[in-house]
Amino acid sequence: MHKRVTFDNRWLPYLLVAPQIAVTVVFFLWPAGQALQQSVYRVTNVFTGAARFVWFDNFEHLFNDSLYWDSVQVTFVFSAAVTVLSMAAALFLAVMADRVVKGASLYKTLLVWPYAVAPAVAGVLWLFLFQPAVGIISYELAQMGQPFNFRVDGTQAMLLVILAAAWKQVSYNFLFFLAGLQAIPKSLIEAAAIDGAGPAKRFWTIVFPLLSPTTFFLLVVNIVYAFFDTFSIIHAVTAGGPAGATNMLVYKVYNDGFIGLDLGGSAAQSVVLMAIVVTLTVVQFRFIERRVHY
Amino acid sequence: MAAGTAYTPPAHGDRPARPAKRRTRATPAGMVENRRRSALMAHGVLILGLLIVAFPLYVTFVASTHELREITNAPMSLIPGDRMIDVYSRALLRGSANLTSATPVWFMMWNSLVMAMLIAVGKIVISILSAFAIVYFRFPGRMVFFWMIFITLMLPVEVRILPTYEVVANLGMLDSYAGLAVPLIASATATFLFRQLFMTLPDELTEAARMDGAGPMRFFVDFVLPLSRTNIAALFVILFIYGWNQYLWPLLITDNLETVVVGIYRMLNVGDDNADWPVIMATVVLAMVPPVLVVLVMQRQFVKGLVETEK
Amino acid sequence: MAEVTIREARKRYPGATDDTIKGIDCDVADGEFLVILGPSGCGKSTLLRMVAGLERISEGEVLIGGRVVNELEPKDRDIAMVFQNYALYPHMSVFDNMAYGLKIRGLPRTEIRERVEAAAALLELSPYLARRPRQLSGGQRQRVAMGRAIVREPSVFLFDEPLSNLDAKLRTQMRVEIKRLQQRLGITSLYVTHDQVEAMTLGDRLMVMNAGVADQIGTPLEVYHRPATLFVAGFIGSPAMNFVAGRVASGGGAVELAGGHRLPAAIGGSAAGRPVTAGIRPETLVLADNEPGAVEAIVDLVEALGADTLVHCRVAAAGPDATLVARLPGSVHARQGETLRLAVPDTQVHLFDPETTRAIV
Repeated sequence: MHKRVTFDNRWLPYLLVAPQIAVTVVFFLWPAGQALQQSVYRVTNVFTGAARFVWFDNFEHLFNDSLYWDSVQVTFVFSAAVTVLSMAAALFLAVMADRVVKGASLYKTLLVWPYAVAPAVAGVLWLFLFQPAVGIISYELAQMGQPFNFRVDGTQAMLLVILAAAWKQVSYNFLFFLAGLQAIPKSLIEAAAIDGAGPAKRFWTIVFPLLSPTTFFLLVVNIVYAFFDTFSIIHAVTAGGPAGATNMLVYKVYNDGFIGLDLGGSAAQSVVLMAIVVTLTVVQFRFIERRVHY
Repeated sequence: MAAGTAYTPPAHGDRPARPAKRRTRATPAGMVENRRRSALMAHGVLILGLLIVAFPLYVTFVASTHELREITNAPMSLIPGDRMIDVYSRALLRGSANLTSATPVWFMMWNSLVMAMLIAVGKIVISILSAFAIVYFRFPGRMVFFWMIFITLMLPVEVRILPTYEVVANLGMLDSYAGLAVPLIASATATFLFRQLFMTLPDELTEAARMDGAGPMRFFVDFVLPLSRTNIAALFVILFIYGWNQYLWPLLITDNLETVVVGIYRMLNVGDDNADWPVIMATVVLAMVPPVLVVLVMQRQFVKGLVETEK
Repeated sequence: MAEVTIREARKRYPGATDDTIKGIDCDVADGEFLVILGPSGCGKSTLLRMVAGLERISEGEVLIGGRVVNELEPKDRDIAMVFQNYALYPHMSVFDNMAYGLKIRGLPRTEIRERVEAAAALLELSPYLARRPRQLSGGQRQRVAMGRAIVREPSVFLFDEPLSNLDAKLRTQMRVEIKRLQQRLGITSLYVTHDQVEAMTLGDRLMVMNAGVADQIGTPLEVYHRPATLFVAGFIGSPAMNFVAGRVASGGGAVELAGGHRLPAAIGGSAAGRPVTAGIRPETLVLADNEPGAVEAIVDLVEALGADTLVHCRVAAAGPDATLVARLPGSVHARQGETLRLAVPDTQVHLFDPETTRAIV
């Protein structure tokens, strides 16, 4: 936690942490406290802002709201699909890149750039391909007798945002998987080959288990990404629609609070989301500190 | 982008996902399968993967070189057109044709640049200072501060968006560069990265410097900063991208200072039939250029930094 | 130039129940080379760091040049230190490594250059001044660490196991260089090591430390020939001193061991019957085929080293703990199981009180 060797100074350390602490208190802790507080109040007068303490009414209301549970379901489907799709594709590509003797770093360069693309921009890239009127993929699909219109078809809308979100995350996962694969001692794989294991068997019995710390880490990061960082994809591409088919939890918080002006309900949703983040962080902390490992 | 929200635990002991240094690959005589064929197959799969990943970008670029009628007249051509200079200068200097008060894209890019730089530099500065205090001093309240910083990991802007907006509004920081950047510059991730780095600097170095007469700030300037240089560079790349790609926050608090990512949304939000596709697509390409360039130019530091930051 | 005085110095770490340094007194004369010797964990580095100002002194005083320095920062104590791992600044050139402390002190540029170049010449580092530490060999790095201390022209040098990271050959070479340098510069030096050869060859005097206590302070030969405690006796010398339990014989002049053996010893009859631990250095044992009063020992193991032969044996009929190692001439051929007769002059038998572990004089 700290050094054996430290400096002595009465006020300097406080001066050094002051900017960070000031920003943290003003823009993180205070608003989070506000959200906690608002979650147990209900605004009684929109114009004066008067509010009444309502205990856990907002939460009760939330958990009895079928729209909320729809959103929970949407979020889980979306997160699971994005995580599995982007991790599987990345692992596959990383295994291939680890196998080539020449050019692995070139492939890395050519695959790394989507990491730098904003999620919203990624959404727009894919939106343009599937745009009902001008998109070339939607055009081809229509030609093949499979009309694609994510503006009206909820499943198709979901598919589109999953594609966009997963596409952006592949490069990130690829970098980690490749690093993880390259850290596995080749002698282990050679030993397994001499023991008579074929390539597929070697992968599942040697490589994949040794990659488990990386995989677990990426699992948590991807879930967090799918839960929170994909807000902009939803906002820019589908606005939660059609008919709530892509109304993710983070989008709903924003929509209910900023557009619907339901402060108490939105705050209650914030609190639930915070609980999810805390859980994910704790899980990540405990497992990664101790390493899912040998 | 996970650097802002995902927790980064300090690493202890072995770190499995660190990129190995250049390995020499011996070819063991005992390996059974045909290596040549397997390498060829791997190249094939990788090239296919590259093409799929690059395809949306290619189509976008092609669209930014045509006029609108060629795009709306489906199917759009997949060969670049000749209107590139015209479309890009229109985007940069005027903005989307179908917005009543169009912002020229150069100004959006400028706003994005200012925000990204403020966030990247701001985060690095306040994080390195607080990490230095926490590692190199023992003072009452040290652990309290540490946990306060730690908690920010658990509060992504998306979940505390309304109250944060109110705070910024009350401080009169709406539609300002300060309002864009300051609420986003507290970063537990960067603080932990620096803490971790400082823990690896040998104690004897500090002692030798103290023997030579260096006080804490002198030590910070003469030792901590130069020895953190590569990590600062890597972190800068990650944070620059984080800042440039911000969406929800600038969307909410800017009016005149819209960033390019938000600008794209506003151009799109006029309805599918009114969208000025060539200009939108040109803006998309322009919005991607700075962060992608930063990543490609600083790829080595960035990959190293990323894998270390997140682990 | 300064003397160092340590008075009743104690160190207790916060939260610890016991003192790490349990009251040490020592006077180091101006220009003297004092080696602090002890096994790892005995507190020798802590003591040095207390003198350096890197550890607080819990109780007692440290004086440098007659001035109490307890509350002074390291930089104000007029000392320089050479660290175990050298602690070279990795991002600075050799020149800057040496010049850094002088720059902070605000010395004029020309003087810094002169001093660094002089030290570099002395240490044969002149061709490497522009290099970074990682471009140097282990021995060169060691020299830079020395150079950094020399340019400061301090009144005291502190060395914290400076040679422990070098290979055996370089260590011998650097040991000689350090000695030569210290004699030439005449600067008071405190040198911590766990290596008794370094200690014996470098030190004007040794302080042998054991569990936070200075068991003995004296010249190398004093410490070797008249060890003050069992610990010192066992720690100095290789192979280590043999210890056997016995009682002072009636009439004095000898120690009776189990099994009826007698060792000659310089002790009076008034202590007859008193239990003692007798210490015999392996190199003082000689073969004594026909002499009376020799000890019969059965050979367990023979290590032929060429010039010498080390013979490990058991004192006949004296129980399993009564073992002896004898360093005999290389011409001796002993076989396992053979019985040897070993003798030792009475002046070479050290007697210790088994309770207090102190030498009986």
